[in-house]
Amino acid sequence: MSAATLYGLCGAALVGLGLFGAIVHPQPLRKILAFNLLGGGVFLLFGVIARRGAAAGMGGDPVPQAMVITGIVVAFSATALAVALLLRLYQVSGSASLSSDPDGGGR
Amino acid sequence: MVPASGVVLAMALGGRQPERIALVALPVGLSIAFAIAGDIWLTRTPLTYHVGGWTPPLGIALRADGLSAIMMVTTAVVICAIGLFAREGFSVPEGTEDARSPGVFWALLMGVWAGLNAVWLGGDLFTLYVALELLTFGAVPLVSLDGRAETLAAALRYLLFALLGSVLYLLGVALFYGAYGTLDIALLSGLVRAEPVVWVAVALMTAGLIAKTALFPLHLWLPPAHAGAPAAASALLSALVVKGSFILIVRIWFDTIPSLLNQAAAQTLAALGAMAIVFGSVLALRQARLKLLIAYSTIAQIGYLFFLFPLASAPVAVTSGTDELWTGVAWTGGVLQLVSHAVAKAAMFMAAGLIAEALGHDRIAGLAGIGRALPMTVFAFGLGGMSLMGLPPSGGFVAKAMLLMAAVAEGQWWWSVVILAGGLLAAGYVFRVLTPALAAADGPLTLQAHVSSGRQGVVLALAICALLLGLVPLRPSLLLEVGRHIPTAAIAQ
Repeated sequence: MSAATLYGLCGAALVGLGLFGAIVHPQPLRKILAFNLLGGGVFLLFGVIARRGAAAGMGGDPVPQAMVITGIVVAFSATALAVALLLRLYQVSGSASLSSDPDGGGR
Repeated sequence: MVPASGVVLAMALGGRQPERIALVALPVGLSIAFAIAGDIWLTRTPLTYHVGGWTPPLGIALRADGLSAIMMVTTAVVICAIGLFAREGFSVPEGTEDARSPGVFWALLMGVWAGLNAVWLGGDLFTLYVALELLTFGAVPLVSLDGRAETLAAALRYLLFALLGSVLYLLGVALFYGAYGTLDIALLSGLVRAEPVVWVAVALMTAGLIAKTALFPLHLWLPPAHAGAPAAASALLSALVVKGSFILIVRIWFDTIPSLLNQAAAQTLAALGAMAIVFGSVLALRQARLKLLIAYSTIAQIGYLFFLFPLASAPVAVTSGTDELWTGVAWTGGVLQLVSHAVAKAAMFMAAGLIAEALGHDRIAGLAGIGRALPMTVFAFGLGGMSLMGLPPSGGFVAKAMLLMAAVAEGQWWWSVVILAGGLLAAGYVFRVLTPALAAADGPLTLQAHVSSGRQGVVLALAICALLLGLVPLRPSLLLEVGRHIPTAAIAQ
């Protein structure tokens, strides 16, 4: 198994874990973490694509690497925005949960 | 081409006087949008701009075809109206140096506008990803502008849906790049073959974008987010922001993989749209509050857009020459529905905002007498409602009639049933509001706040635009054909 395949499988596993976490966990903070995991998997996949598409004599195809940098910036700012919203929500309402029904707060 | 987004964004970022900057940027952006549309209309060729002079395999192309031009003009008109409407609600109070919420509102308005223009013009999938993120980051804070706990929760839920959607889209982008080594839509459309990687990529991207468009199973975030935002912001979100990701789905299916567009996928999307129409309308009928009702009606109206996929793609029989005509009709009808819903829904949300401001609440049961107090606003709401129901001569009527005719002519009669039922349900929820609004009040109506006639005028003007759209359907449809290759793709299949 080549390194690229191994990393590709890792990326796929991260995507799967992240997607599972984002869907299953009700708490927003866990969802944000799962989103980051999912994002990490996608970025790893971009790295694999860069490696596979490398021209002769080069370490990797630069285009996917440029896209990964953009993607990381976007994911970082998204996470910052989400955490800021969550903190503010906690300050205002005293709970960091999203469930809308009043009785099932901590599901 | 680029000034439209570049100028607008630069202005949003600079200076301490966001309102004044925005008021300068609005007419500039509007005239640029009209200039581009006029240029495409006269030359009948799509415009292409290579950023930095690099051509597509390496560089980034921005393309404006007929669809982009129509969307740019719609966006500019609606955003200008929102800007005029919001001047009173979001101006910096006299005597204070700087107020936070107004400044943020104007900057976000410009940011959303820049994001939308980038979505309409983007020529490769990764540019579209960045544009989509710009749109999301502009739209999410708009939801929570007033900082109450409910709106913060709504914004957070919206953000989580949007993030999941965009990361799935990015995964699709990665797969496309890995398979074909380019992300330029025009180049990809010549390269794609029917193979598993394409199906996986397109499925991921479509699922992600459906979450952002709030199509039926993934619509849960929309009503609290759109109903909780300030009126000007909900008009923006409901009229334009959800359309951005819809156009992306259109770009993927019709422009990137036109040769692979198959009926099974198209019928599935339309089935989701049909469910959205029924569920959205029924839930709208049950709402007790005006803004929630309008938000649920947005879900229903988004459903209509997805009829575009089966009706404008290759129909059941491609052999006869008439079918090509009907796909064109469906295409025009779908886009007209997009535009007329954008205009009508913006007018309705702003009318609801004025009503809520005047009464101090937006419970439908307590609307009695408002028709006498704010006649222009209620009239505007009614005109917008006409477009949603599809009464002639509104834009919504022509759009729905075109979709209906295409559905019948292409032998897909089951969609026509849903279109008609959706119109009836829409009539139900619009009259549920208008009946109490026009009824006489029990006692003298005390208004909580004075609503200036200028703001009422803006809302009414927008609603009249929605009405007039029904009278000029053929001219935009010619514009729409620019840079379109649907009919040829349909024949090739």
